[in-house]
Amino acid sequence: MTSMLRHRLFWPAAVLVVLLASNLVFSNNFFTITLQDGHLYGSLIDILRRSAPLVLVALGMTLVIATGGIDLSVGSVMAISGALACLLIGDLSNPDAVGPVLLVVGAAIALCLVFGLWNGFLVAVLGIQPIIATLILMVAGRGVAQLITDGQILNVHSAPYRVIGAGYFLAVPVSFLIAAAAVGLTVALTRRTALGLLLESVGGSPTASRLAGIRSRRITIMVYVFAAAFAGVAGLIYSSDVSSADSNAAGNLIELNAILAVVLGGTALTGGRFSIAGSVLGAVIITTLDITAVSVGVPVETTLLFKAVVVIILCLAQSATFRAKVFGRFGTKRAEVPA
Amino acid sequence: MLKRLSIAVAGGLLLASAVAGCGDSGSDTGSGKSGGGDDKITLGFSQVGAESGWRTANTKSIQESAASSGIDLKFSDAQGKQENQIKAIRNFITQRVDVIAFSPVVESGWGTVLKEAKDANIPVILTDRAIDDPDTSLYKTFIGSDFVEEGKKAGDWLVKEYEGKSDPVNIVELQGSPGAAPANDRKSGFADVIKADTKFKVIASQTGQFTRTDGKAVMETFLKSQPDIDVLYAHNDDMGLGAIEAIEAAGKKPGTDIKIITVDAVKDGMTALADGKINFIVECSPLLGPQLMELVKKAKAGESIPQRVLTKETTFTPEQAKEALPSRKY
Repeated sequence: MTSMLRHRLFWPAAVLVVLLASNLVFSNNFFTITLQDGHLYGSLIDILRRSAPLVLVALGMTLVIATGGIDLSVGSVMAISGALACLLIGDLSNPDAVGPVLLVVGAAIALCLVFGLWNGFLVAVLGIQPIIATLILMVAGRGVAQLITDGQILNVHSAPYRVIGAGYFLAVPVSFLIAAAAVGLTVALTRRTALGLLLESVGGSPTASRLAGIRSRRITIMVYVFAAAFAGVAGLIYSSDVSSADSNAAGNLIELNAILAVVLGGTALTGGRFSIAGSVLGAVIITTLDITAVSVGVPVETTLLFKAVVVIILCLAQSATFRAKVFGRFGTKRAEVPA
Repeated sequence: MLKRLSIAVAGGLLLASAVAGCGDSGSDTGSGKSGGGDDKITLGFSQVGAESGWRTANTKSIQESAASSGIDLKFSDAQGKQENQIKAIRNFITQRVDVIAFSPVVESGWGTVLKEAKDANIPVILTDRAIDDPDTSLYKTFIGSDFVEEGKKAGDWLVKEYEGKSDPVNIVELQGSPGAAPANDRKSGFADVIKADTKFKVIASQTGQFTRTDGKAVMETFLKSQPDIDVLYAHNDDMGLGAIEAIEAAGKKPGTDIKIITVDAVKDGMTALADGKINFIVECSPLLGPQLMELVKKAKAGESIPQRVLTKETTFTPEQAKEALPSRKY
C-alpha cells in the first residue's frame, strides 16, 4: 500500500478516477458505451478520441523537456500542418481518392519535420535558449498558417481525410489508434533502446554527456524533430475532425496544456528523468477535466477557475513536502522529499 | 532579462490567442484612388486589419459602394494596431478629407485624435465597433450591428416555431468567447425573449469559443449529459457547423431531431441552412458600405443624422437561404 502511494503515477491516476466518478453522479449513463452506426459511442470514447491531439503533443513535449528544453511552437506547427493539408486537398482533382490524400498528409508532416529541424538547429547548434528559440516559431508559425489559409477558414470535403480525426477502424476511433501507436513507438524507442537513457543524461547535464561520448547535439535536434512531427499529426487530427483548417484556433494555447500534462505526469521541467505514461495520463486528465466541466454544467464564467482548482489540488497532492506538512503529523512519517 | 522574457511570452500568447468573432478584423491593404475631383466627396476610411472572411467582405462592400456612389475613398489598413489607426486619422485630417470613418481597433484612447478631427471640422463616423468615450460629440454616428437585437431575433423565431405547443422545450446554448460583446449580447437578447414563456428552458450553456472544433466538442458532451435536447442555439455559424457533426455522429438528424439556430450567415452556414441542417440563421452583416455612403453624404451636407444607425440585417429560413446562396459574397 505504501509503495503504491509512493508511485509517482498514483496521484494523477487517483485524480482521474475521482473525476470520472464525479461524472457518474451528474450523468448516470457516463460509463455507458454503445454501438452507434457501427462505431463505439459514449463519453469514455469521447475522452479517448479527444485526448489524442493533446497526447501526441505532450509526448513530443515530454522528450523535449527530458533534455531540459521546452517547445512553445507546437500549437503553431499544428495550425500549419492542418492548414497545408486542407489547402492541398482543396486543390486535388479527386479529394476522395486515398492515394493523393496520403501524399498530402505526408507533405504536411514533412513540412513539420523541417520546422522541427529549425527549432533543433536554433537550440542545439546556435545555442539559443529553447524558450526563445521556439517562441520565434510560435509567433511566426501562426502567421505562416494564416498566410497559407489566407486568413480564412478552409473547408474540405474529403472522405479519406476525415477518417484521421473523425473516422473509426473496427469501431475504434482512428485518432485514438494513431495516438496509441505514437505512444507505443515512443515507449519502444526510449525504453527498449538506449535512447531513453541518452535523453535523460543529456537532460541531466549536456556537457557531462558530451564528455562521456554522447552526441548530445544530435539528440537535442532529434527531440525537437519528434515534437514537431507529433504536433503535425495532432494538427491533422484537429483539422480533420471538423474537415476544416482554422489557423487562428488550431492548437491555440495547446503548448501550455501539453506542458501541464507533462508536469502532472511527474516529469521535472529541469530535464532528466521523464515519464511517458505520466504525460499520457496528464493529457487524459486535462481532456477529462474539459469534458467534466461541460458535463456537470459548470457555468462558463467559472470553468477556468474550476479547472485551476482541480489542477492545484492535484499538484499539491503530488508534492511530497506538502503531504508531509499537512498529513505527516497524523500518521507515520512516510514522505521523503523526492529526488 | 526574465522580465523581458515574460513580456515577450505574454505578447506571443496574446497574439496567438486572437480569436475571430463576428465583428473581427480583415481586409486587403490597398489605398483608395487618389486625385479627388472638385465637388467629389472624399472619405478617409481606416479599417481594423486583415484576417477573417467577414472583414474582407466588409472592406469590399465599403470600396465597391464608394466607387458606385461617386465618393473618393482613401483607404488605410491599420493592421490591428491602434497607433496605425491614429496615424491614418491624422493623415486624413492633414489631407482635409470631407468625412472620416473607421472601425476602432480598441474601445478606448480616441479622445485626443477625434478632438483634432472635430477642431478641423471633419465629421467622424464609427463603423461596426463602438468607442467608450463619454463625449459623444466626438463622432457623428455609429453604424453597426446590434448583437442584442440578433439574440432577440433568434428568440422570436423559436417562440413562433413552438407557438401553441405546451410541451417543455429543452434548449442548449453554445456561447461565443466569454466576455466578448457578441457573446454577451446574443445571450442576453435571446434570454430576454424566451423568458416570457416557461416552457422554454436553457438546460445547458457553455462556451464554444466561436470555433468549429469547440462547438463540436461541447455539443458531443451535451449530447451525452443531456438526454433530451430539442433546440441548439449557437452564437455563430462555425460553432453550429461543428455541433452538426457531433449530432450526426450521435445518430441524430440535425435540423429535424434537434432544431438549430445560429447567427452570422456566412457562406458555410448558409449552405447548411439550405441543406436543412440548420433551421434558422440571424444575419450579422458586414455589408454596411451602401448605408455608410448615405451617411457620408448626409454628414457632408450637414444634415442631422441619428447617433446610432443599425446595419440593415435580415434573417434566413432554409428557403431564403437557397435563394440567397448563389449571390452570397462571404
